[in-house]
Amino acid sequence: MSKEKKGIKLDHISKIYQDPKTKKDFYAVNDVSLDIEPGSFVTLLGPSGCGKTTTLRMVAGFESPDTGSIYLGNEKIDELTPNKRDSAMVFQSYALLPHYNIFDNVAYGLKIRKVPADEIRKKVTDILALVGLSGMETRMTNQLSGGQQQRVALARALVVEPGVLLFDEPLSNLDAKLRVSMRTEIRRIQQEAGITAIYVTHDQSEAMSISDKIIIMNAGVVAQIGTPEEIYYHPVSKFVADFIGEANFLDGRMLSHEGDTGILEIQGVKIRVPEASHIADGKDATLLLRPETAVVADEGFFPCKVILSCFMGAYQSYHVMVGDTKVAVMDYNPRGKKIYKVGDSAFINFDQGKVHVL
Amino acid sequence: MARKQSAALDRKKFFADPILTCSVIVLIVFLALFILYPLTILLIDSFVKDGQLTGSIFDNIIHLERFQKAFFNTMRAGILTALVSTAIGLLFSYVDVYVRLQSKFFERMFNVVSLLPIVSPPFVLSLSMICLFGRAGLITRKLFHIYNANIYGLPGIVITQTLTFFPVCYLMLRGLLKNIDPSLEEAARDMGASRWKVFTTVTLPLMLPGLGNAFLVTFIESAADFANPMLIGGDYDTLATTIYLQITGAYDKQGAAAMAVILLCITVVMFVIQKYYLESKTAATLTGKATRARMRITEKSITVPLTVLCMVISVFVVAMYIMVPFGALFKLWGRNYSLTLDHFKAIGDLGALRAFRDSALLSVIASPITSILSMVIAWLVVKKKFKGRGFIEFTSMLAMAVPGTVLGVGFIRGFSSGVFHTGFMQNLYGTSVILIIAFVVRSLPTGTRSGISALRQIDKSIEESAIDLGADSGKVFFTVTLPLIKDSFFSGLVTAFVRSITAISAVILLVTPRWLMVTVQINGLAEKGLYGEACAYATILIIVVYAAVALMNLFIKYFGTSKAMREE
Repeated sequence: MSKEKKGIKLDHISKIYQDPKTKKDFYAVNDVSLDIEPGSFVTLLGPSGCGKTTTLRMVAGFESPDTGSIYLGNEKIDELTPNKRDSAMVFQSYALLPHYNIFDNVAYGLKIRKVPADEIRKKVTDILALVGLSGMETRMTNQLSGGQQQRVALARALVVEPGVLLFDEPLSNLDAKLRVSMRTEIRRIQQEAGITAIYVTHDQSEAMSISDKIIIMNAGVVAQIGTPEEIYYHPVSKFVADFIGEANFLDGRMLSHEGDTGILEIQGVKIRVPEASHIADGKDATLLLRPETAVVADEGFFPCKVILSCFMGAYQSYHVMVGDTKVAVMDYNPRGKKIYKVGDSAFINFDQGKVHVL
Repeated sequence: MARKQSAALDRKKFFADPILTCSVIVLIVFLALFILYPLTILLIDSFVKDGQLTGSIFDNIIHLERFQKAFFNTMRAGILTALVSTAIGLLFSYVDVYVRLQSKFFERMFNVVSLLPIVSPPFVLSLSMICLFGRAGLITRKLFHIYNANIYGLPGIVITQTLTFFPVCYLMLRGLLKNIDPSLEEAARDMGASRWKVFTTVTLPLMLPGLGNAFLVTFIESAADFANPMLIGGDYDTLATTIYLQITGAYDKQGAAAMAVILLCITVVMFVIQKYYLESKTAATLTGKATRARMRITEKSITVPLTVLCMVISVFVVAMYIMVPFGALFKLWGRNYSLTLDHFKAIGDLGALRAFRDSALLSVIASPITSILSMVIAWLVVKKKFKGRGFIEFTSMLAMAVPGTVLGVGFIRGFSSGVFHTGFMQNLYGTSVILIIAFVVRSLPTGTRSGISALRQIDKSIEESAIDLGADSGKVFFTVTLPLIKDSFFSGLVTAFVRSITAISAVILLVTPRWLMVTVQINGLAEKGLYGEACAYATILIIVVYAAVALMNLFIKYFGTSKAMREE
């Protein structure tokens, strides 16, 4: 793929829809600005109805924004119809043309672009090899498994060498195991092709494993942009913390700071939390405790009462009450460890350096 | 909140697609000019006299005894036909869906019976009614020696119309019954209800909007029907025939226009109730598909009487159709039952060859136009968003509620002295073109409806993927949409052909001596009492139509959407 990589810029994009029941207008996407670097893999992640698919469809041109502009490379593309845009989309339902065989499906975009026949043959053959479907050219689409159909859809989008590749929840129709292997595949192929990609999903593990950057959306607005690590370890809000991975929240108050480290008081216990300069002394603060960072032990920070203890194989799952707050704990590798039973009194312990304060 | 920017961008994108823009404009002009305008001119005609607004035309018509009689006749025949048709339709669909049939034979019989009215010319049943039960009827005279049998009038109309329209009810209701979740009825049974109780408290209430739907559709068909009242009505004139006589007999075009407006009002009101009220109700009570197969009723006390009843009706229907070729072959119906080809020779001398050539030619021209137009309309309505979409959908559906006679009068008034009596496009009137247009308008709604339901089955993203890969609207339509709804397209093609070659109501008003139409010829012969000749004509027509349908099935089998694809 010798083509120049293109970045995408969304400049204060909004989209207003009308609620079909109440007839009231609402923002499906509200003032979203993004700058996506050429060649990077970016995921739009959020619960259903958060505006991620609408955003993707605005980039593709199927929807028109109500405010703002979209740039592909340096070109403003707002007025271009979808067929004139240098983007190619992989659809959730694959959207293969059922009356064509695999070869013709993949060749469709090239034929529209009036590429000479022998060149089409070569390109299609190459791209089918890349997605691992060599020799299947003459099969009809309904003779393929879901995963294979997905590869055809990907090949069809890749073969036209678009400036940007758009994915609309492409793996949600596949079974769990296939999803995992396909996302690795997609990442590999994207890297090999060196193409800019925007990927929409509601599956956080998919987003974590595949992306250079994740954009978390909620109710039409961007909640946070960052690498998977940034978003997991340093969420900016309860929503993000809760949406990515599992989270326990313990409410307390910031007492003082020692440089960057904050002294947080929760239920009379003082905790030293790193990177706490964003919360002023005397303000309410919330401790984010990931279940896998905590353990139930005979001693620790917070006294607690076990209300659920369940063996999950890879870990022992506990629910404990810390005061009025329920806290979930996953104690990994439980073999040989002391197992607490429902009704036991114990403590929650964790490494103070590995928690985050909101 | 303003949605101005997106609206402006959508507009720009729309106009950036010349094929889409052109097809929308062409369609809007076509529909406005050939559906909306003729109806508008009727309204104007019936309110404006010598350039002045007046109610006198209506006043005259309403006090015309002939009109009053026709009005009540139409209502009476419509209500009776609709009631009986809906009841028989319900019986057939219930037996089809609920009762375990003993043999494949019944299923095939049901298929044949439901297909017959689609492929048969409108007056075939009237012809055979007369042959069987008329003054010289095979059954009345030969069997029971009744010499003054009178099938003409209301009974004749109701019987022929019922036999013609009940299959439509059957198909409509069958679809609904299949959508009832069997667990609902099983729950009622489980709580102790008898079969009859289940039927009256569960099945019937769920079907009620659907039954209303079937009733109204049949009523519209009955009120719009021209051929049967014409042939078998005797002096029982309905609005459709009275309008025709008002033009051809009384030369009162304004009066005819006013009557046409009244007939149109009746059918359109029914249509609006049916389309916008009952259809949404049906959809609300019967959501989705049944989850499981239904346990068919096997009790002999239920299955035997119901199947016997269906059998009797089916046999009757089939007998009626068989009667027509016999009518053509017997020397003199009622007197001399020796076989002869005289009638065929006679119509040959009367120019039957030319009539078939003309009819077939015009129909062959009209059907691809209809089929393409209706697919394009369906595509625009289902898949595209633009201003004017509502207009296109409403107008093309409205055509369903416009009786052919009304359209015929509208065309006469609208085009005989040019558009709005200005002389513009005046040349159109009296040509084959206006006949073709009448054919197209008459068949458009059926094609559009079948196209719409076919397109709704297709995932939106399939077309979007093609657009996304660079195809413009025209390309998408011809490489993706049309191939996917090929079956609907082919059947639309043949339905349009069949409807055109068997059309009479609008055509009889528009035809000029330059073109001989088969249906008009049959009507003329029957009016003169030359039933043998009429039957001969009708026999050939049935064969032509049946051949067309067979050809279509063959075509779909070999060139239609592949079987593997349909299974998806």
